[in-house]
Amino acid sequence: MEPLLKLDNVSSFIGPFHILQGVSLVVYPGEAVVVLGRNGAGKTTTLRTIIGLIPASDGQIILDNVNITKMPPYKAVRQGIGFIPEDYGIFDFLSVEENLLVAMWQEDKASLDRRDYILDLFPDLKVSYKRLASTLSGGQRQMLSIGRALVNDIKIILIDEPSKGLAPIIVEKVRDVLLDFKEDKTIVLVEQNFEMACAVGDRFYIINEGRTVLDGAVEELYKDKELQKKHLGFVTA
Amino acid sequence: MHIFIMLLINGLAEGALIFLMAAGLSIILGLLGVVNFTHGTLFIWGGYVSIWIFGLTGSFIIALVAAIVAGFAMGLIFERLFVRPVYGNVTAQILITLGLMIVFTDLVRLLWGPNPIPASRPEFMDGTWVIDSVIISQYRIFLIIVGILVAIAINYIVNKTRVGMVMRAGTQSPDMVQALGINIKVYFSGVFAGGAALAALGGALYVPLVGSVWSGMGINNQILAFIVVILGGMGSYYGSAVGSIIIGLTVAMVSWFYPPLTVYATVLLLLLVLTLRPQGLFGLAVRN
Repeated sequence: MEPLLKLDNVSSFIGPFHILQGVSLVVYPGEAVVVLGRNGAGKTTTLRTIIGLIPASDGQIILDNVNITKMPPYKAVRQGIGFIPEDYGIFDFLSVEENLLVAMWQEDKASLDRRDYILDLFPDLKVSYKRLASTLSGGQRQMLSIGRALVNDIKIILIDEPSKGLAPIIVEKVRDVLLDFKEDKTIVLVEQNFEMACAVGDRFYIINEGRTVLDGAVEELYKDKELQKKHLGFVTA
Repeated sequence: MHIFIMLLINGLAEGALIFLMAAGLSIILGLLGVVNFTHGTLFIWGGYVSIWIFGLTGSFIIALVAAIVAGFAMGLIFERLFVRPVYGNVTAQILITLGLMIVFTDLVRLLWGPNPIPASRPEFMDGTWVIDSVIISQYRIFLIIVGILVAIAINYIVNKTRVGMVMRAGTQSPDMVQALGINIKVYFSGVFAGGAALAALGGALYVPLVGSVWSGMGINNQILAFIVVILGGMGSYYGSAVGSIIIGLTVAMVSWFYPPLTVYATVLLLLLVLTLRPQGLFGLAVRN
């Protein structure tokens, strides 16, 4: 099977700092791949490099057989990527409705149907539809961020730490939504919450000091305490 | 009372002209984070182009359209060639836009000469109305109407269109706008050129009011526009509208009662507002 997303030895800099020094990973259609690693390992930078917000200085990024390595972010994203950043990236001065509308690549029937689906999925957003996004709670902002990524016909979702800073009950809701997505979407998930990562992910990549150092099935990592301790610095109960 | 009504109309007309400059300046600062000193030059170019085209065609409306087109084109060129490479670098922006201001102001002198060129108002707006012994200039009423129409148009674009949505989103996070698949650079160019066109329109409307065009008229109005932007709150076009009215009325009132104080009055007003409310009257988040 052809991979949907392939990173081949990708490097990138933030200012003078060489953050990614050789990240390689492959994501097949329909998979949920989890990117793990300690704080500062380069996980968020990997996602931002994929969509071009941080330019790749070396290596190749291929999405669905299209080389997106040197594309500006707006073009790379339009190849079929939904991006959900760590801080949700919600526009406070726009209403919930406008946050969804501004994200639409085309305001056609299919997009509007997807918006209606999102509002059914997250009833809180329907209630707050005309309100400014600045009035939303953390959980609602996460829902809006996820909804905004799904408003287009995308091939893959890149999600950065969706459980961060959320109450456990909201984390459960987000996990359920991601499990639903898995049925017909491809997911790349950066997650510090190991339980969440294991619940959603099929395969994992571990990044350390800007390099992919290990990959495999999430199930195996969940069982292997030694690996967890060595690469992640903790052990599950 | 008659004097008050006359000064009110004068002040609102002055405010409308300042608003045309300040609105573009404020939006450019709010969305692009660019401190733009070319606005005064664009104001001058609007004035000269309108006089030139008015002389060729005899049509005031065509002259205004020509000024808008010239301002828009210059704005596009300035943004694409000179400003885009220095986004995020305020010091470089100030130096480059100051340089552009000097070069393009000198270019005006080269093309049209160093002396002021007389300008007349269009015949259909050259008269006055006398209502209850209050003399009202038709041209000043026209300026107020143009100011109101431009404010309504900006409000509509910012709040009711996709362009406005992207502008408001881009003010908060241009990176996230790009991450949604939107080419923010096109919007940046459009906003910069739109602001430039407004400044040029301001120049074209100012010239018939004062009766001549000269190469030094840009700097005074640019300073007033900067005062309005800071007073109203950087990044807020609504603040620019309110600030323009306040400054316009202040200039009209003080210059009537005690002309030597006019410049000091605007600066004192600015200091007073900044002391009480450092972010300006309607200050929003400004990038960087």
